[in-house]
Parts: sequence; C-alpha cells; structure tokens
Amino acid sequence: MIANRTMPVVDPSEAHFWCGGKEGRLLISRCQSCSEYIHPTGPICPACLSREIKPEAVSGKAVISTFTINYQAWFPDLEVPYVVAIVELEEQPSVRLMTNIVGCDLESVHIGMKVRVIFKQVDEIFLPLFEPEVTA
Amino acid sequence: MDMIKQRAAISGIGQSEVGRRLGKSGLALTVDAVMDALADAGLEPKDIDGISTWPGLNTDIPGFSPVGAPELKDALQLNLNWYSGSSEAPGQLGAVVNACMAVASGMVKHVICFRTINETTALSQLKGKVASTVGGGQQVDGWAKYMVPFDAFSASNWVALYAQKHFHEYGTTREQLGQIAVNARRNAGLNPKAIYRDPITLDDYLNSRMISSPLCLYDCDVPVDASTVIIISRLEEARELNKTPIRFESIGCAHNSRYSWDQFDDLSTQALRDASAALWKNTDLKPADVDVAELYDGFSFICLDWLEQLGFCGKGEGGAFIEGGSRIALDGEIPLNTHGGQLSAGRTHGFGFMHEACTQLWGEGGERQVANKPQVAIASAGGGTLAASFLLTRD
Repeated sequence: MIANRTMPVVDPSEAHFWCGGKEGRLLISRCQSCSEYIHPTGPICPACLSREIKPEAVSGKAVISTFTINYQAWFPDLEVPYVVAIVELEEQPSVRLMTNIVGCDLESVHIGMKVRVIFKQVDEIFLPLFEPEVTA
Repeated sequence: MDMIKQRAAISGIGQSEVGRRLGKSGLALTVDAVMDALADAGLEPKDIDGISTWPGLNTDIPGFSPVGAPELKDALQLNLNWYSGSSEAPGQLGAVVNACMAVASGMVKHVICFRTINETTALSQLKGKVASTVGGGQQVDGWAKYMVPFDAFSASNWVALYAQKHFHEYGTTREQLGQIAVNARRNAGLNPKAIYRDPITLDDYLNSRMISSPLCLYDCDVPVDASTVIIISRLEEARELNKTPIRFESIGCAHNSRYSWDQFDDLSTQALRDASAALWKNTDLKPADVDVAELYDGFSFICLDWLEQLGFCGKGEGGAFIEGGSRIALDGEIPLNTHGGQLSAGRTHGFGFMHEACTQLWGEGGERQVANKPQVAIASAGGGTLAASFLLTRD
C-alpha cells in the first residue's frame, strides 16, 4: 500500500459510492423500476431504460472473483506486497468492485473467498476495501 | 467489410530504430519510420493525402504518444484530404481500421498510419517514476478511477487478475504460460532489431521475480522508443507500386460487453473475444488456413487469450496447446510472434505485429522467415478493453 493513494475525482452523481462509508454503508445505484444494480452509476438503466436511479445500501458481502498479489514497487514509497482483487457483490454478482483485500495473510486469499466491506477514510472519501467474512 | 476487401491494401511498411533511451524526439522517430515506409512502397510525401494514428498526441503519460497527426502533417507539410488521431478506437490498430474505411470510401488514396512511443527516453528524464503506470499523482479521473485508488497502478495488475481467473477456471500453469515468453525470446534471437536476443529457458522464466501474481518479469513486455508505419492505399494504386499489395480478407473489432476491465462479463478473457469472433464472420478462411500469427503480447496472458479466442485451440485449452512450445515455434503448426513480440523485440505497441505480418507475407523475414512462403497471416493488437484483429493475404 502507498501512504498517499491516488484518489478519484468524484462527480456529484457518484458521491454516494465514494462517500457512503462515512455512514458505514456501501451505496450502489439501483434502478427503481427493474431493480437492477448499476455500477458505476449512470443516468439511465441500461436494462429497462428507466431514469429512476437511486443509491441503495447493499449488505457489503461479496465473493472474490479474482485477485493478484502485487510485488512490484511502482513508486519508491509503495509498500509491497499487497492484494488487489475484483469482488462480486452478494446482491448481484455482475456488479464487481476492484478493491484491496486486507486483514488477513496474503497466502490465505483465494478465488471464491467470502469477504465483507470495510472502509478506509482518506479525507472526504471512504474507499471500500474488503476483509474476510468472519464465520462462526 | 467487402468494400475494404476490394478497395484497400497495405502498400508499404516502415520503422525507425527501436531501442531503449534513444534520446531522439518522437517526431524524429516518426519521420524516420515514414521515410522508410515511403521508400518501401515507392511513394513520395506528395502522394500522401491521409494520416491516421493512435492514440493521438498525449501529454498526460510521459512519452506514451509524443506525436499526433498534426505534428506529422506539419513536419512534412503534407496536403491532406483526411486525418484522424484518437484513443477511442478498437485498440492501437484501430487507426488502421479507420484508414481502411477512409480509403474504401474513396476519400483518400494513400494514408500513413503510425504509432510512435518514446517512453524510455521520457521516463529517463523524470525523477522517481520508473515504469509505465497510471496514477501516482494526486487524483485520477475517467476509466481508471475505479481501479487506481486501490493501488492497481499498472496494466500488469489488471492483466494479472484475468490470468489468475484463467488459471483458476482452466488449470493453466506458469509452466505453460512461460512458453509464450520463451518462444518470443527464441524468435527475437533471429531478429537484429529485437531488444533482448539471448535465449531464456523455462527455468529462467520460472525463477524470474514476480511482478503481480501470476505474472512474472518475463510475462511483461519491454518499453522502447520506436515509431512504426503502415501505409494503406487504394488497391489499384498499390498494384502499381513496389510491393505485392497485402489485402484485408477480414477485420474484427466488435465489442459486445461492458467497456471496463472489472465489469467485463467474463474475467477469464477480454474484449479480444468479440474482436476474434467478428474476424471469422466475414471470411470463408479458417484458423487452419493461417500460416503465421502475430498476436499482441504486451503481457504473455493476452497472447494466450488471443490464441484461444481466434480459434487456434478451444477456450481454456491454450495452456495445453502451447505446452512444450513446439506448436507455436517458427517450424510449428502456427508460428507465433516471429519477430520476438513485444516481450523481446520491444513495445512498438500493436503496430509491430502488423509490421511483422507484412514482413513475413513479403518473405523478408531473413533468418526468422517462416518457410513455404506464407500466404495468410493474422495480426492483432490490444488487451483489456482494446482489441482489433486482421486477416491478411497476399494479393
């Protein structure tokens, strides 16, 4: 990980995604007509062409679809290794987030692993990262 | 597609010096490549009436694209009927697709298509930044903003995610994937312009340092300074010039899923899936008819994916197909990346594959020439969201 991450330019239309973590919620745009989740957000539902799109909280539960362990220090202050993953949301697996898997050994990360969201605050933005789902 | 097939052809190719930290300006490299291509075709600057380039002038990433169509036009004071330079095309060779359409429409006679890159010189002039990355600054916008904030700075990371998925789904191994790199290096040894010419073994590959698992150093191409030119001409004009025209039997550049690295519907392949399928819709030829394949290998996994999706083997069978390396060798059933690919000959960024396909079809490959006068070649470029493929034949 790097001390100073490169942060997204946040358009007001997508502020819910980047800032929802402030309330501890992962907010994803959803079509109010056909219930399709739309990520990244857009002005129209590509499935039913409705314009009624609103952010909704999802469970934050997801499954690792694929991952890589980055070993290369692309910048002098980049601490390696770390995990970059693409996770599929429990509510709709076609909605995927690129993210980091944290809070576990690198060796334990695998495709199909169940994870849950946590948020890393950087100023006004709350990056959705994921950690292993704790099982009883 | 029929209009392009009947009316457009490649009449000449050219390339500058290819090297690391050459210290030359992008425009100087471009002019070198253009003059080389004009001589190859038997044309003069006054004959050129079109320019097409990818991605156009880009000053955001040092050395990524230091020259656009306007700079080349001005350097040679060309009179143009049409020109275009844009990154919003189906891959690097999307510039060639545009040129083919412009020629087939009758708007232009001879179009210079070029790709110029001088990242190694540009990066050597900066402090601290040592590789091609997106981000590392304060903020990122556009298509990369859902990736880079998670420290996925490099295409190495993005392609590694796909490679890992392929390994998981189909049991592909590093021992198999390594053959792409070993084969490229073997061919590069026969190419005087290649960057890395000393052979590597599979053990060398397996022991090289990991960049982004499962991709190691030898899975990643080598940045260079270079300019490469393809001239697209009207077929009847090309027939009056130096070379036997090379014709476009088919072009595939379809894109039918999300335009996104992470939202793409199947993470074990890429947009090249659709560009590959489209290629075979417009022709009676089959993969078995192809004599030589020059397939994008910015990362080895991309090349494996092209092999599968173009139908040289089935989906998920690529690992077994290349195992041992004999099928893709110069004397194999489908000679692959005969110049050494971007992995060993250098990141001429897409255009090098079409340049090499033409070299082979014209029988000019020297020591690396494929035997028995190849008649049909595939050139492809692009990975991730980018992809175009070309089925090329001698006139």
